Amino acid sequence: MTSRIGVIRFPGSLDDRDAARAIRLSGAEPVSLWHGDPSLRDVDAVILPGGFSYGDYLRCGAISRFSPVMESVVTAAESGLPVLGICNGFQILCESHLLPGALTRNGSLHFVCRDQALRIESNRTSWTLDYSAGDEITIPVKNGEGCFVADEATLDELEAAGRVVLRYLGTNPNASRRDIAGIANARGNVVGLMPHPEHAVDALTGSGTDGAGFFTSILKALVDA
Amino acid sequence: MARVVVDVMLKPEILDPQGQAVHDALHRLGFDDVTAVRQGKRFEIDLAGPDTEGQRDRAEEMAATLLANLVIEEYSVRVEG
Amino acid sequence: MSLLNESGLGLDTVVRAAATPDVPQPYAELGLTADEYQRIRTILDRRPTSCELAMYSVMWSEHCSYKSSKVHLRKFGELVPAEARDVLLVGMGENAGVVDVGQGYAVTFKIESHNHPSFVEPYQGAATGVGGIVRDILTMGARPIAILDPLRFGPADAPDTRRVLPAVVAGIGGYGNCLGLPTIGGELVFDPTYLGNPLVNALCVGVMRHEDIKLAHASGPGNLVVLFGAKTGGDGIGGVSVLASETFATAGDGPARPSKRPSVQVGDPFTEKLLIECCLEIFAENLVVGIQDLGGAGLSCATSELASAGGCGMRIELDAVPLRDQTLSPEEILMSESQERMCAVVEPAKIARFDEICAKWGVTTTVIGSVTEGDRLLVSWRGERVVDVPPRTVAHEGPVYERSFLRPAAQDVLAGDDPGPRRLRRPTGPEELKATLLRMVGSPNLAGKGWVTDQYDRYVQGGTVLAQPQDAGMVRIDERTGLGVAVATDGNGRFCRLDPYVGVQLALAEAYRNVATTGARPLAVTNCLNFGSPEDPAVMWQFAETTRGLADGCMALGVPVTGGNVSFYNQTGDVAILPTPVIGVLGVIDDVRRRTPAGFGGPGETIVLLGATSDEFGGSEWAHVVHGHLGGSPPSVDLAYERRLANVLASAARDGLVSGAHDLSEGGLAQGLVEMALLGRIGANIEIPSGLDPFVALFSESSGRVLVSAPADGAAALVARAEAAGLPVTRLGVVGGQSIAFAELFELSVDELREVSEGVLPSLFG
Repeated sequence: MTSRIGVIRFPGSLDDRDAARAIRLSGAEPVSLWHGDPSLRDVDAVILPGGFSYGDYLRCGAISRFSPVMESVVTAAESGLPVLGICNGFQILCESHLLPGALTRNGSLHFVCRDQALRIESNRTSWTLDYSAGDEITIPVKNGEGCFVADEATLDELEAAGRVVLRYLGTNPNASRRDIAGIANARGNVVGLMPHPEHAVDALTGSGTDGAGFFTSILKALVDA
Repeated sequence: MARVVVDVMLKPEILDPQGQAVHDALHRLGFDDVTAVRQGKRFEIDLAGPDTEGQRDRAEEMAATLLANLVIEEYSVRVEG
Repeated sequence: MSLLNESGLGLDTVVRAAATPDVPQPYAELGLTADEYQRIRTILDRRPTSCELAMYSVMWSEHCSYKSSKVHLRKFGELVPAEARDVLLVGMGENAGVVDVGQGYAVTFKIESHNHPSFVEPYQGAATGVGGIVRDILTMGARPIAILDPLRFGPADAPDTRRVLPAVVAGIGGYGNCLGLPTIGGELVFDPTYLGNPLVNALCVGVMRHEDIKLAHASGPGNLVVLFGAKTGGDGIGGVSVLASETFATAGDGPARPSKRPSVQVGDPFTEKLLIECCLEIFAENLVVGIQDLGGAGLSCATSELASAGGCGMRIELDAVPLRDQTLSPEEILMSESQERMCAVVEPAKIARFDEICAKWGVTTTVIGSVTEGDRLLVSWRGERVVDVPPRTVAHEGPVYERSFLRPAAQDVLAGDDPGPRRLRRPTGPEELKATLLRMVGSPNLAGKGWVTDQYDRYVQGGTVLAQPQDAGMVRIDERTGLGVAVATDGNGRFCRLDPYVGVQLALAEAYRNVATTGARPLAVTNCLNFGSPEDPAVMWQFAETTRGLADGCMALGVPVTGGNVSFYNQTGDVAILPTPVIGVLGVIDDVRRRTPAGFGGPGETIVLLGATSDEFGGSEWAHVVHGHLGGSPPSVDLAYERRLANVLASAARDGLVSGAHDLSEGGLAQGLVEMALLGRIGANIEIPSGLDPFVALFSESSGRVLVSAPADGAAALVARAEAAGLPVTRLGVVGGQSIAFAELFELSVDELREVSEGVLPSLFG
């Protein structure tokens, strides 16, 4: 029985097709979910892809979070549905308060697209269990508003609880606090990250294949669930 | 018809690279008495109906729900005459 | 109230115009000559209304009518290489050319300029330039899949370059990234000639199935004319005719300042993204008869072109146009250049579904008129007729000038100023050669472009196989078969100044070679011709020679010109820019997995140089960087040889003979080796062939040369094929180590070279 993973499409989503491709390559079935339709179509997990939903107007993800589909995502996530937010998806998860903190303008004020060195900090999430903590991987980052911020208490709590999932190595491309590239909720079913694993599943068109683990992880998590 | 103005600013502890860039540019233009710059957003919202106290409350709700991200921003509301 | 309605009579209708023939009209202020104005009166058999005057003035401007260039551009349509006839599905004259790439796919591509707006408002000028070319591709029925941006600025350390460059780059990135289009190539050139006249050219590529090609023809009386996309505001009113027909006045010693500040269009990439998705769904359901995007001259252009191309009439109600600004007059609505708008012709039976798709994407759509019998374009405003013209006279029968052109006497002086050793001191000995190489690597034109290209998304759409700094950008268009396209852009203003005919052929050869170097087969050409004022006979001579050279060159290479763009009036006062034709070449590769990237392969691989090197420094980067010199002749070009070279490169890629291949251009062999080392992250041991002067070997810019890195058996096979094809071949050395070592001369570590190369742009632009 093939796992079905939803990929939400907002007006302005860009990397939904690449997320769908990555899902297909891992052996699951991608299901397209429209922002205006509250139905999650019985999917086993949901991905909020990268892009410029609503043109990044007001704030990145600020308008998307009020979409009908997001109400369903929030409810389902609180009941344990695995959710992955990539880049703009991460921004939407923070705006929805499924994850703490916020993403702000890159410290350099420039959009940066780069193959980024990262370290997996936690493999205790539905999306990273196929990695080992400490794994060093390379995945593209491409964003202008990727600087993760939160107050000190929140940052301390994320670190202490092992909820930092991914950390920048070498150069921090956007001035994110504590070099944080991705985080999880307390339960580990909701993960948000700025880098794009869907652009690292095929060496021919991506930065390599280091991102495939995110997609194989969820399949394993669903089988074991 | 009333107009409500909502000003949204980053909280003081949040990194404001745009404000910093503006500060640096002002200095390069000779305005070296500028010690700090913070950049924010201003929303001008026109509301139908007669001006009532309720409109300030509604503007506050708009600000808290959508216009400002309370994790990193704070806001102030002003009803214009 | 607009300046056009000075008659003070209220709305200037057709009836009123017929009744008041002697009202003076501000045709000169709108850019029309007295003769052109008279011709309009003759066409209409009365004076034009102010709306008609507005339409003719923008549509007959240089930018829209190509009045100074048409007689020369005709060559491209007349000289179509025989090989191209099967491949060319849509030629010149449409929004963009379309070529067959096999497997039922058609690819459309075109390059355009947005130069003057980028000087005035760099971010928006560049952004709307991208928006405009993307819409041209979309309107052909294609999904846009990639962009390239050839950019040219004044000296890298000039204050105005610091004003313009970062904003242009941010604008291209801001618009292109938000649209979800990977930027896969381009150029970055610095030269004093472009100070005050930056060149911002943008190329877009799109793909579709053969049966999906759309044309900008209206047809079928009774069919509806629909305007959809953004609402119409006062953007760029008169921008087209004013910007393309005026230069910028200098004020004293300061940098060039615009003599008037025209209203610049402001772009909204989010709306264009919605437009793209909306259009693609509309196309998939075959809901349009014809479609045109609104670019320069806005609604005036879209309506007159659709009607004229379709050979029919059209009726438009201007009141129906959704407005952002309710104070716009009918003239302003007709001339508005608000971005992100399209105009489609839709059968009544299909409009409901059309509207449904627009509603799904939140795209505003309005029926503004219909196609009619006959051959008049009728426009009404609040029930009164304000336009009644034959559309072909507006769109396709504009003025045609035969501007005088004359080879200037100074051209011979320039050609005679040969950069030989007696004129320009050359480095002697290993230390000086080493210092020269470092100086070249660290010069702005040759330096690493990462500061710019890292601001562009190269990954979106998941099909990019090669992107800058590779020789060409390459995108996969069929995931199953691996079919892909490669695109490169090249131009060299210095070579063209020395000899426009040869210079443009060198640019064409380079773009052609760049595509071939990646393993693709060159198929078609687009061109962006950036020149000074057509009223200057010396500039027109450059233009005439360039178009002649390009037409001849395309015939020799067997690739057709499918379309392009002319940008005149790039000058400050009466000093024109170096003539800068930018040539884009598109090629196809059967399987992108067989592509050849540009870096060195593994240690032990053989380095081979294909092509001959001789003492050719006219217009070279060395002469420019070290001596600030421009003179002599550009390098020679041999197009028959380039075809043989391209065939060998394609066959080598197909048979997997080589690991890396890199075309040589500015900076010569030294720069080529450095670039291969930086990409491959490995050094090399090089032996300059005996009998060749080291300085000439390292820095000459002889054309037609490619460096190849291959394992031993691949190298042997390549050499055999090259020799069989009559290509000069030189074994240069071996890949390995962490330095580029020139035997018995000097060596430089790859790390040091990287530091020098990659440090230049960040130190200048932060």
